[in-house]
Amino acid sequence: MKETPLSNCERRFLLRAIEEKKRLDGRQTYDYRNIRISFGTDYGCCMVELGKTRVLGQVSCELVSPKLNRATEGILFFNLELSQMAAPAFEPGRQSDLLVKLNRLLERCLRNSKCIDTESLCVVAGEKVWQIRVDLHLLNHDGNIIDAASIAAIVALCHFRRPDVSVQGDEITLYTPEERDPVPLSIHHMPICVSFAFFQQG
Amino acid sequence: MAGLELLSDQGYRVDGRRAGELRKIQARMGVFSQADGSAYIEQGNTKALAVVYGPHEIRGSRARALPDRALVNCQYSSATFSTGERKRRPHGDRKSCEMGLQLRQTFEAAILTQLHPRSQIDIYVQVLQADGGTYAACVNAATLAVLDAGIPMRDFVCACSAGFVDGTALADLSHVEEAAGGPQLALALLPASGQIALLEMDARLHEDHLERVLEAAAQAARDVHTLLDRVVRQHVREASILLGD
Repeated sequence: MKETPLSNCERRFLLRAIEEKKRLDGRQTYDYRNIRISFGTDYGCCMVELGKTRVLGQVSCELVSPKLNRATEGILFFNLELSQMAAPAFEPGRQSDLLVKLNRLLERCLRNSKCIDTESLCVVAGEKVWQIRVDLHLLNHDGNIIDAASIAAIVALCHFRRPDVSVQGDEITLYTPEERDPVPLSIHHMPICVSFAFFQQG
Repeated sequence: MAGLELLSDQGYRVDGRRAGELRKIQARMGVFSQADGSAYIEQGNTKALAVVYGPHEIRGSRARALPDRALVNCQYSSATFSTGERKRRPHGDRKSCEMGLQLRQTFEAAILTQLHPRSQIDIYVQVLQADGGTYAACVNAATLAVLDAGIPMRDFVCACSAGFVDGTALADLSHVEEAAGGPQLALALLPASGQIALLEMDARLHEDHLERVLEAAAQAARDVHTLLDRVVRQHVREASILLGD
């Protein structure tokens, strides 16, 4: 279904209200909506509600062989999915531009800022490293997906615990949560996206 | 790489430039006769080719036509031989899509789309050699190509990258400086009005330094503008000589 376009009266009303520094839901120009974060039963599962926008984040990990040119670093993989329940305009084939933009922004925000210490994810250099996969699902779209998604991603990563490993010579032993407590990821800082919109040239 | 200092004590960078110095820029317009507009630019070792078709009727679904302005469609592709290691997918991967979206965002701000409603302008950019500053080279090449096609724009769009090392802002980063992992800023500027079409930054930078890096990038973009202006005037002069004026 195509997005319903904004009518001219609605557009004029919004712009006139912004000129008087008023917003539709009574907020000030720099006010955020209420943020609520709740956690699931697994480590690494969290749900963020920014007003009515809801994003669900889940972190999982796996032992894989590292990339050839980065043999001592772990792999971080982010995936944001705009599920069809979020808005009637989201259809399986139609979302590519927005999806690419959001995914690349998340990747740049979380991977390039080096908030996670990837060297600590290395188990055996050149052979086995941890691959951390962050899956984000947009459940309800009420504006500002990127802020909610970045909060969900970093909160899920902070909440996540990976299984403990020990290396003896060539043998790698992976301990279950019952044998040894899972280890948190080493996170240097928490990058969060904040979006602004400029109207009438500032 | 241990021991590779990006800024020496005397203020020289890896390739011998000063902190605010641009690489050598050479550009040519009208390289293809088939396309409405085309341009080729070399910024140091980064080589980019841009081709513009338009404005023409919307191809594909008529439903995408905008009733009051033109649709700008940008595609970015980097050749498989452009980087040190051979690339598997020249286009269609996420980074290329993102570059295309960023180029579209930049040019929608600059092209006077209200003059061509219900039509489409295609900009295709191909990077032949990537040695840092690919976004900037693409934007500069595309500006020249759009001017060659005769599509009216608000102003030139001049882009440059900038970085920050040891308390100094560097302009026009090469691949070595980009790979070092420090903060990098890409700025696309409309020089006459000083308006920013696109500003993008990677990695961490303290906000106290942002002003300085932004100023370095803006100055570099203005230097690029002087060069591109000269190229355009030269091209027009040659074309008028050929026409026999």
